[in-house]
Amino acid sequence: MTEIIQKVKNLSIGFKSKKGEEILILRNISTNIKKGETVGIVGESGSGKSTLALAMMGYVKHGLYTIGGECEFNSSNLLKMKNRDLEKIRGRKIAMIPQNAGQALTPNLKIGYQIDEALQLHSDLKEEEREQKISELLNKVRLPSPETIALRYPHELSGGQQQRVAVAMALAGTPDLLLLDEPTTGLDVTTQAHVLELLNFIAKDTGTSMVYVSHDLGAIAQVSDRIIVMYSGEIVLEGPSRDILKKPIHPYTYGLLKSIPKLSLAGLPQSMPGSQPQPGTMHRGCSFFDRCDFSEEKCKNNSPQLEYLEELNTSVRCFNYKSLMNDSQVNQTVNKIKTSLQDKEILNLSEVSISYAKQKLLDQVLNRISDDNPTVKDININIKKGETIALVGESGSGKSTILKSIAGLLRTKGGIIKFDQNRNLSSDLKERDPNDLRIIQLIFQNPDESLNPNHTVEEIIAQPLKLYFGLKGEELKKNIIDLLQKVRLGEFYMSRYPRQLSGGEKQRVAVARAFAAKPDIILCDEVTSALDVSVQAAVLNLLQQLKEDFGTTYIFVSHDLAVVRAISDRVAVLYQGRLCEVGPSKDVYQFPSHPYTEVLLGAVLEPDPDIKPKLVAEDIVEEKPPQKGCSFQGRCSRILGDICKNEVPPWQITNSGNSIRCHIPLKELQKDQVN
Amino acid sequence: MLFLIIKRILLGLITLFIVSLITFVGTEILPGDACTTYLERQAFGEQLEACYRRLGLNVPAYERYVSWAVNAIQGDFGYSLSGEMPIKEVLGPRIKNSLVLASAAIFIGIPIALILGIVTALWRDKLPDVAISTVTIFAMTIPEFISATLLILIIAIWLEWLPGIVIVPTDVSFFELLPNIILPVIAIAMIMTAHMARMVRSSVIQVMASEYVQMAILKGVPYWKMVFKHVLPNALLPAINVVALTIAWLLGGVVVTEVVFNYPGLGRLVIESISNRDLPTVQALAIILASIYVSINLLADLMTLMLNPRLKTLQIRK
Repeated sequence: MTEIIQKVKNLSIGFKSKKGEEILILRNISTNIKKGETVGIVGESGSGKSTLALAMMGYVKHGLYTIGGECEFNSSNLLKMKNRDLEKIRGRKIAMIPQNAGQALTPNLKIGYQIDEALQLHSDLKEEEREQKISELLNKVRLPSPETIALRYPHELSGGQQQRVAVAMALAGTPDLLLLDEPTTGLDVTTQAHVLELLNFIAKDTGTSMVYVSHDLGAIAQVSDRIIVMYSGEIVLEGPSRDILKKPIHPYTYGLLKSIPKLSLAGLPQSMPGSQPQPGTMHRGCSFFDRCDFSEEKCKNNSPQLEYLEELNTSVRCFNYKSLMNDSQVNQTVNKIKTSLQDKEILNLSEVSISYAKQKLLDQVLNRISDDNPTVKDININIKKGETIALVGESGSGKSTILKSIAGLLRTKGGIIKFDQNRNLSSDLKERDPNDLRIIQLIFQNPDESLNPNHTVEEIIAQPLKLYFGLKGEELKKNIIDLLQKVRLGEFYMSRYPRQLSGGEKQRVAVARAFAAKPDIILCDEVTSALDVSVQAAVLNLLQQLKEDFGTTYIFVSHDLAVVRAISDRVAVLYQGRLCEVGPSKDVYQFPSHPYTEVLLGAVLEPDPDIKPKLVAEDIVEEKPPQKGCSFQGRCSRILGDICKNEVPPWQITNSGNSIRCHIPLKELQKDQVN
Repeated sequence: MLFLIIKRILLGLITLFIVSLITFVGTEILPGDACTTYLERQAFGEQLEACYRRLGLNVPAYERYVSWAVNAIQGDFGYSLSGEMPIKEVLGPRIKNSLVLASAAIFIGIPIALILGIVTALWRDKLPDVAISTVTIFAMTIPEFISATLLILIIAIWLEWLPGIVIVPTDVSFFELLPNIILPVIAIAMIMTAHMARMVRSSVIQVMASEYVQMAILKGVPYWKMVFKHVLPNALLPAINVVALTIAWLLGGVVVTEVVFNYPGLGRLVIESISNRDLPTVQALAIILASIYVSINLLADLMTLMLNPRLKTLQIRK
């Protein structure tokens, strides 16, 4: 087991800036990958983890070049090898599973051809044997009916299926080393858990070594034997996976683990200040210095070396690791969220249904929408003032659609959305008056796209102030500075453009813009999913603080159940545009729960090697909600029979006030789930 | 799929109808008409009336439009004023000549453009790219009338290799025409090829940077196999539409070039009939040019549909 298959020695990769300076993306990386082991490389965006993985295949992206060091495979340096020789190693000895299989499969070639191509290149099989092998491979990655899948084009498969095809393609050459670059990011939680389980199975089954690159400690925890933590182009911690996750002795890893919300712990995790330095920012000292809780004077000017600790089999890059060694466990402390819930009802959705169906000409004339099976149906929710309610579900569950309708971007097909008990908001934007528009504000998922790149921060925040309150001159400026301070950004940010800000800073600007309108309700659409883990906690804390200060109501949409657990008072679980379960968050996260909630909770990945995901249902993708009966019938593992297929299930209310929509009596549900 | 094709064809026909209406109304609004132009200073009284009766101009405009349109659909565009011969007969050889010129430019231009575009993209920022790109950008910026004049000066006058202007009759045979068309073809093809080569280059570069090409490299696919299997089919697909637009736009270039070289094609006829106020011919030309434009674009759309698996399956599913 100790045979080394890939040796990275003093590797530095970088690019030349316009001024001619050498800017390093990877700095002096050395590590070994042993036969049969799975190594997780974890780091935030920009830490150089993907560049490292690609270098292990002898691939350096256009614009980057190797400054020094080597990647040794079978005692030859891949980085100095000719393309012709690399072609014999890539796919055959070392294979890659890409991040986004949807974009990594060539769109004009059929699935079967793309796998066949790998087989042609890397095996001596004859045509019929290859056909046989393609079916075998597709079977191995558990794709249904391989013969028909092989004849499809990539765009005809779902995201999870595409990812499986990519795995099959990588396995075609029976490689010794598999490199996985964020292979599950972008997949739904349940799909992600299934793909990870598959990868674990393959690692055991074939004895292949794997390098698993991800920003997600939860996913890394499930697959790796050893973990490498990267920060700003350097390895800061390397060691056995359990030790690193349970007793991290580097302050960055320690802080990272503390800032991840956990299912078992309600409340907001502590946040790490600041963000990762940009590549090329010159620093003499430790690159983590300004965010570190354990830093000393010497960290400022001296860069610590990676130190190998024999007794722990761990390498660490920190002067002060000893003080963390005594602090044996990651004691996660959370800031309990204060509920500022008031009795007053602020928004009421009753019998709301929304359809994306194209209107027929007659319907357009009559100004109605006729669709007997709309995307979203039967939504009844009362939202109280000061509440944070979360809508959760996988992609296609209709959670964002509901937000759009509340915001007025999408007309409802039926039902009533009522604000403050008397104002009807069922109409779309054009029919709302300015005040109706002001009271509801949106924060989007991706601040890169929601902030106008040609406006300065000042202009961005000024817009709602001018529009709704007609502010001008000094008063306007004072308000902008005020808002910036509230989101913990200094006055000097006013003249900056979005591209000059980091991801977290951009999202803060978006938050400030939403609060500028002094809204009653803020709709948060996956506001933290585009952010790095260490920044996510800070934004969540900020949102909570602002809510307590202003008494705002949040409608929070997320696919991340741990984040939802951390911030929300109440949770509504949606499947295929229908409500499954609504209740106080502490109860939704406990049993008994709707079978779908159970599936979702089971699939959550925690950064703890001892908590394994429970895979209850298959990760099939349904394109349309069923015409009648329960929305979850297609995937439910405890389906009762015809009753589920024909009748819409009734609402059942648990002792704690949790509403579950299921035909199975609560007692039965509870009994099965506890066991 | 079939529905889509029919829809596109219908839209094309509607476009043509609108074009015909606009040209008809346009010629109506202009002061003077066929008879005043024909009779010149005698255009008054009895003679003018007689002319109107003879040409059928004394009936209301919409009736004249309908009868013109009905005939035009059958290929009969009426009589040209200048020669008093059927426009159909005037157009016939002209169309043939222009078609020879344009198709020669296209058949030479497209392959060259593809090769140049692909070469520059694959050797991006290296010597072949820098050299070819400089030339193509240069060729793109010179208008046809300048490049045509320069070609005449250098090749026909200084070097005396080829005839500078075309002085053959309109209905000359193809082989007699051949030496005459070389220079006009070069003049037209140059700017068009340069444009297309740039488009192909950027399209190929974009695909080369895509994740699936990176994946193909990491899969160990040999370079040229990767280029032909993974890059080109995806890069050339969007280029089809651009090529069609360039060809349609080439019509304008043909007009200019034909005039410079005195080439007996449609383009020169356009200029001639406008300066002669030969309104029926102008109308006929407008319709013909518009139909060429519409059909080239239609063809390009259909080709993209046929070749793109994504669009194809989408249509079938619906």
